[in-house]
Amino acid sequence: MGKEADTVVKKAVKNHGGDATCLLDIIRDVQDAMGCVSDEAVLQIARQLGISTTDVEGVVTFYHFFSKKPVGKYSVYLNNSAVAVMKGRAAVAKAFEQGARCKFGSVSSDGVIGLFDTSCIGMNDQEPAAIINGAVFTNLTPEKAKDLVEAMKAGKDVNKMVKDLGDGQNQSALVKSMVNNNIQKKGQVLFAPFEGGSALKKAVSMNPAGVIDEMKKSNLRGRGGAGFPAGMKWSFCRDAAGKKKYVICNADEGEPGTFKDRVILTELPHMLFEGMALAGYAIGSDEGILYLRAEYAYLKDYLENVLAGLRKKKMLGKDAGGKKGFSFDISIKLGAGAYVCGEESALIESAEGKRGAPRNRPPFPAQYGYMGKPTIVNNVETYCTATRIILEGGEWYAKMGTAQSKGTKLLSVSGDCKKPGIYEVEFGMTIQTLLEECDGRPAVAVQVGGPSGNCVGKKDFGRRICFDDLATGGSIIVIGSNTDLLEVVHNFMDFFVEESCGWCVPCRAGNVILRNKLEKIMHGNGTMADLKELEDWCLIVKSMSRCGLGQTSPNPIYTTLKNFRELYEAKVKKDVEYSTEFDLAAAVEDSCKYAGRKPQLGEHS
Amino acid sequence: MSDKITFTIDGKECTGKKGQTIVEAAKENGVYIPVLCHYDGLKPAGACRICTVRVGGRNMAACTTPIANDIVVQNNIPELEDMRKAIVEMLFVEGNHMCPTCEKSGNCELQALGYRYLMMAPRFPYLWPTKQVDASIPKLYIDRNRCILCLRCHRGVTTKDGKHIFGPVKRGDRTMITADPELAAGMTDKQAQQAMDICPVGALLKKEVGFVVPVGKRKYDQKPIGSEIQGN
Ligand SMILES: Cc1cc2nc3c(=O)[nH]c(=O)nc-3n(C[C@H](O)[C@H](O)[C@H](O)COP(=O)(O)O)c2cc1C
Ligand code: SF4
Ligand code: SF4
Repeated sequence: MGKEADTVVKKAVKNHGGDATCLLDIIRDVQDAMGCVSDEAVLQIARQLGISTTDVEGVVTFYHFFSKKPVGKYSVYLNNSAVAVMKGRAAVAKAFEQGARCKFGSVSSDGVIGLFDTSCIGMNDQEPAAIINGAVFTNLTPEKAKDLVEAMKAGKDVNKMVKDLGDGQNQSALVKSMVNNNIQKKGQVLFAPFEGGSALKKAVSMNPAGVIDEMKKSNLRGRGGAGFPAGMKWSFCRDAAGKKKYVICNADEGEPGTFKDRVILTELPHMLFEGMALAGYAIGSDEGILYLRAEYAYLKDYLENVLAGLRKKKMLGKDAGGKKGFSFDISIKLGAGAYVCGEESALIESAEGKRGAPRNRPPFPAQYGYMGKPTIVNNVETYCTATRIILEGGEWYAKMGTAQSKGTKLLSVSGDCKKPGIYEVEFGMTIQTLLEECDGRPAVAVQVGGPSGNCVGKKDFGRRICFDDLATGGSIIVIGSNTDLLEVVHNFMDFFVEESCGWCVPCRAGNVILRNKLEKIMHGNGTMADLKELEDWCLIVKSMSRCGLGQTSPNPIYTTLKNFRELYEAKVKKDVEYSTEFDLAAAVEDSCKYAGRKPQLGEHS
Repeated sequence: MSDKITFTIDGKECTGKKGQTIVEAAKENGVYIPVLCHYDGLKPAGACRICTVRVGGRNMAACTTPIANDIVVQNNIPELEDMRKAIVEMLFVEGNHMCPTCEKSGNCELQALGYRYLMMAPRFPYLWPTKQVDASIPKLYIDRNRCILCLRCHRGVTTKDGKHIFGPVKRGDRTMITADPELAAGMTDKQAQQAMDICPVGALLKKEVGFVVPVGKRKYDQKPIGSEIQGN
C-alpha cells in the first residue's frame, strides 16, 4: 500500500509539473488511481510538493468528490435536490440501497458499490439523476436503479450502462451521454443561428475600447446571478495595472435548479469560447480558463476537442481571429464538488489549487484575481451573449427587455410542470406567462433564483422576471400543491449547511441553528415566539455573513415566512408561550435500558 | 501629506494612514471595535465577523476593509452591537465551552467578549457537537471543543520556511483545525508558547504546565477587553 501510494503520487505530481497550484488535479489523479486519498497519500503529496499536510488534507476534505476513505469501485452520487425529491428520489434511493446492501454514505462490504448523496448536479429537468464514475444517469426509477446495481455487480463498464443517448451533441462521440437538452424555447440572442468565427473577426477589426463600448451600450448584466454590468467589469480590468490578465468563465452552475449552462456548453461551445476570446481582446489578456464543475466532467473531452478545432482554425492561439499580435488560448480546469466555488473569488482560489473559500474583498478580481493578476470572471451565458452583442451591436441588444434588464435570459425551468427544460425569454416576462408556457399551472409557489432567491406565491405570479423585479440567475422551480413547501425549505437549508465553506461564524453556525429551529417548528413544537426568533435570526445571518452564500442562505426561510406565513402558523402551538423540543423520554432511554428501569418522567411524560 | 486619510467613526473625526484597515486606524484613534480573529501583524481573515461595521449603509468587516477619505463608519450602534453579541453566542453554542475548568479562563478573548456583551445565556439552543481532542503533538494539544476557527494559528504559526503547521480541514460546520504531525513535532517550546498565546481561546494549550497564574488574577479578570484601547 505504502509503495503503491508512493508511485501513484510521484506520477501524479510529475504529470502536473510538481506545481502546487495544480493540487486539485494531482489529488484527482490519485483519487482515480487508488479510489481514495489515504493519509499516506496525503503525506506523500505534501512532502513532494513541499507543503504542509494540512494544506493537502484541507483540499481533499473540502471537495465532495474527493475522499480519504475508499468510495467503492463504482461510486453512485445521487442528487438530493428538492426537485429530485419531488420526482421520486426516495424510492430510487431505496432500490439502490437494497441492491447494493448498504446505506447512503457508505460502501458495500465487498467494496464494489459506494452510495452517496450529492447536491444538485444540474439535471433538474430529468430527475431523479445520479452520477456514477463520471457518467450521468437521468430519469431514474427503482427498476432502472436495480438494473444499474446488477450491472455494477457484474463489473460492467459504466459507459456501457448508458443505453439511450440524449439529443443533439449529447450523442457526439466524445459525449455519448443520456442527458437531454430539453430546449423548450429559442430566442434571438443565444439560439439564433451563429456562424463560428464571425464575432471574433468583427471584434478584432475594432479597437479594444470599441468592444467595451459596445458592451456598455448593450447594458448587459452578468448572468450568474449578481447582475453586475459586464462592460463595466471589463473596463475596470482593462484599466487595471499589469501586463498579464486572465479571462475566466464560471461554469460552476451550482445553484439548485439551474442547468442552462450545461445546455450552452453542450450546444453552443463555439459561441462561448468566442465570447471569451473577444473579452480577452477587449481587456488585453492572452489566457482564458473555463472552470468546469466536476458534475459536468462528462463534457470535458468534447470541449477540449472544440478548443482543438478552434486552434486549428486559428481562432485561438497566436494571431487569434487573424489579428496580428493578439494571442489567446483557453484551458479547462475542473472543480471537485463545492457550490461555493461558483462565488467568483472562491472559484479563483479553487483554480489555484486551494480550498474553495471566498476571498476578502477588496481587492476585487478585476484588480487582484487569478494568481494575483487582474481577472474578469463571467458566467457562461454572459460570454455567449457578448458574442451576439458584438455581432449585432449594443443598441440592437438594448432594445429588448426592461429598463434595468436588457436582452434575453435563459431560464432553467423544473419541478411540478409538464415541460421542464430551458427557455430563452425576453426579460420582463411574468411568472404567470412562464407557468402557462411550461404547463405548470397548478403551481402554488415558484422558487425564483434557486434556494438563494425568492419563493413567491400566487399573489405574486403577475410579477416580472428581471433585475428590476424578481431577479434570477436562471433557476425557476415550480412547486405544485402535492409538494410540502416546508419540506422544500428544509431541503434548501440542508443544502446550505452542507455547502457553507465554514470560514465565517454566522454562516457556519447560523445555518445549522436556523435549520434546527425550522425542524422544531415542523415537528409541531414551535410557538409564535419561535417564528419571531426565526425571522430575527435570518437577518443576523444575512447581515453578518462574509459572502453571498451566507448573505442569501436564510432566504428559503425568510421569503417563505413572508409569503407563506400561514404554513408556519398552522404548525405552531398558539396557546403556549414556551415549548421545548427536548424529549426527556428519548434522552434517558439508553440509560434506562441498561439500568433495567422504566423512565419516571413525572410531569414531563 | 497625501498619505493621511481622514474619516469619521460614529461622528468622531479620525485620521489614519493609507493602507490601514478600519480596525487598525480605529485603534490608533482610541476607538474600540471588537475583534476575535484579528491579530496584530497577521493577514486579516474576516472570519468571525464581530468587527462588522456599517460603511455608507453597508455592512463590512472592519478588519479587512481599508480606510478611505471621508468614509462614514458606524460602529457603536444598537443593531450592530446586538448582532455582534449574537456571534459571540453562536460561538458558545457551536462549541463546548466549559470556562471554569479551562486553562485560558481569564485570558480568553471569547469569554471576555461574553462579559463585555453581558451575555447571560445564549439566545440560541446549544448544539452540543462531538469534537475530538488531538493530543498527539509533543508540546501542546488541540482541544477542538473550544476552537472558534479564527485561523490565527493557521496564519501565524509556521515553520522557518513558511509552511503551515496548523490548518483547517473539511468544510461548513464540520470544519476543524488540524496539524501536520511532522511539522508540529518539530515545534520548539517557544513556538508552542507562541501558538498558545496566538490562540484567543483555550484550544491550543501547552502540555505539562497549567494554572501558573491563578484564576482571578488574569488579564480580563482585571480589566474588560477593549479597555486598553478605549481607556475605561
Ligand atoms: C455562493 C455563490 C455561488 C455562485 N455560483 C455561481 C455559478 O455557479 N455560476 C456563476 O456564473 N455565478 C455564480 N455566482 C456569482 C459569481 O460570484 C459571479 O458574480 C459571477 O460569476 C460573475 O459573472 P457574471 O457577472 O457574468 O454573472 C455565485 C455566487 C455565490 C455567492
Ligand atoms: S458566508 Fe458561508 S460560504 Fe461565505 S465565507 Fe462565510 S462561511 Fe464561507
Ligand atoms: S486553534 Fe485557536 S488559534 Fe487555531 S483556529 Fe482554533 S481558536 Fe483559532
